[in-house]
Amino acid sequence: MGNDARTPDAAASVDFEEVQSTERFQELRKRHRSFVFPMAVAFLLWYFAYVLLADYAVGFMSTKVWGNINIGLILGLLQFVTTFAITGWYVSYSNRRLDPIAAEIRNEIEGHEFDKDGNIVTGVAK
Amino acid sequence: MIGIATAVDVADLKETTLLNMGIFGLFVAVTMVIVLRASRNNKTAADYYAAGRSFTGSQNGTAIAGDYLSAASFLGITGAIAINGYDGFMYSIGFLVAWLVALLLVAELLRNTGKFTMADVLSFRLKQGPVRIAAAISTLAVCFFYLLAQMAGAGSLISLLLGISDWGGQALVIIVVGVLMITYVLIGGMKGTTWVQIIKAILLIAGAAVMTFWVLAIYGFNLSSLLGAAVETSGNPAVLNPGLQYGKTETSKLDFMSLGLALVLGTAALPHVLMRFYTVPTAKEARKSVVWSIWLIGLFYLFTLVLGYGAAALVGAETIKSAPGGVNSAAPLLAFHLGGPLLLGFISAVAFATILAVVAGLTITAAASFAHDIYASVISKGKADADTEVKVARRTVVVIGVMAILGGIFANGQNVAFLVALAFAVAASANLPTIVYSLFWRRFTTQGAVWSMYGGLGSAIILIIFSPVVSGGATSMIKDANFALFPLSNPGIVSIPLAFLLGWLGTVLDKNREDSAKQAEMEVRSLTGVGAEKAVDH
Repeated sequence: MGNDARTPDAAASVDFEEVQSTERFQELRKRHRSFVFPMAVAFLLWYFAYVLLADYAVGFMSTKVWGNINIGLILGLLQFVTTFAITGWYVSYSNRRLDPIAAEIRNEIEGHEFDKDGNIVTGVAK
Repeated sequence: MIGIATAVDVADLKETTLLNMGIFGLFVAVTMVIVLRASRNNKTAADYYAAGRSFTGSQNGTAIAGDYLSAASFLGITGAIAINGYDGFMYSIGFLVAWLVALLLVAELLRNTGKFTMADVLSFRLKQGPVRIAAAISTLAVCFFYLLAQMAGAGSLISLLLGISDWGGQALVIIVVGVLMITYVLIGGMKGTTWVQIIKAILLIAGAAVMTFWVLAIYGFNLSSLLGAAVETSGNPAVLNPGLQYGKTETSKLDFMSLGLALVLGTAALPHVLMRFYTVPTAKEARKSVVWSIWLIGLFYLFTLVLGYGAAALVGAETIKSAPGGVNSAAPLLAFHLGGPLLLGFISAVAFATILAVVAGLTITAAASFAHDIYASVISKGKADADTEVKVARRTVVVIGVMAILGGIFANGQNVAFLVALAFAVAASANLPTIVYSLFWRRFTTQGAVWSMYGGLGSAIILIIFSPVVSGGATSMIKDANFALFPLSNPGIVSIPLAFLLGWLGTVLDKNREDSAKQAEMEVRSLTGVGAEKAVDH
């Protein structure tokens, strides 16, 4: 059963289950999930808290803080700030913690897939 | 109503029609030359659908912003804030925060596992036939709703610029816009479309920046004074508070929640946004694209806050509502108030270009989905060569173009941001659960995917049909009948959880297990980028 989402490529005959079970891949998976899941939960909670406040706590949101600027506007603008902050945080986390290990695994697989003469080597050589 | 509001005389607008058309014509001419140049290298399917994967992260990020900042963002949100005050601002926040879902959970993993369309990823480790067909159908449905919104925007803009709501005249201009769009996509493919998006994004953001600066300058760069002026013109202090539009009843409050849910979960499931991640060479560039687009889109939505309240203060809600084009005319009317015919001409041309570019992006997505997922993978069972596939895609472009023109002619003056929110609800219901499950849940099966996609798509569309949007209300599409059994105008709060539930239920009740080797392959590929499609060299 071919999947034409993929073309024959450098990784066509790799034993992915073996790669998946390696400690290094599990470490990558753990690092990825332990960042994106809590972060996704956190920003969604913060966003829905904001929507609920705007919906059911109109009086609180309408409290004027400075001139015509009320709490609703400040919290709304804070949503922008947190979005930018999480974006920056994720990029720096990926650059430091995810990209190096992903590149290592990729090079290992692709490097051993075809040797310099173009012979196919199956499996993941260590 | 204070004196300043009457400074915008709608009748004056007609005199600027020629100027508007001139500026728009110039845009068309310049972009057409670029599209022709870009199309020289369109040889393979990867060229046609994915621009040879040769764009950089920042180029693609700008193009994503171009795709995303549609007429809904510019005309719709500005209008919503001008009329409904704070409740309109909600669109800006939802549309922006939603990008975190795309950034954290979807963009890079998708780039690493797919090739051309959303279905490539969804069907990666599940059964090709049923999943591809379901994904293609939901792609076509989302694109159709989105197209409807853009065409409604085109209609509003035209009726404002020509000062007429004459049905025949509007229809003619919609046909011209549609034919132009078909030409761009046929000639330029993804590469041409991407360049149009980039140019348009720059023009749109620059135009909005100039207007924002101008409005702020009028109020001494004091946001509080601007808000005060908006209150003064509207005579209603509540424009600064939440709840003006959605706070009236318990039902409308629920509707607000539903809208909020659809906005934040829809973006990462929009097929035309997902497809853009394939136009860059690596996952890292896909990440860069998203970061670029988050900055550009965030900046733009901050502008809309100023523009919306600026329109409320300087033009006035009553003038906006009574102008041809209604709510959607707030931004052009503000431009006219600030800079006279020249700025109006520029802003209208940008808005036209926006519609044209977004429609082109949607069309190529729908065409790719039909040709790649239904024709090549299912009808011809993978035997069609790439040339035939691209030929089918081009024919599909023409069919979709004609449908968009017809839809646009019949689309009425509903708020464009609101119509787009429906497309978001459909996307979040039909696509997001399956995208998330197949990327992160090992056990997920074909039955779960099919149940979730059809369940989400079907429930969202059925709820829209039986909602006040379609019948029973003063602003409904069908005013004379009332079959609005569902009280909310956005279905998200019901259909999105339902789709997640169906995906889970379909999986746990499925006796078949999916191939664990495929799951391993997808997980390794998605996180490491092993064997991902590379850029095409020319």
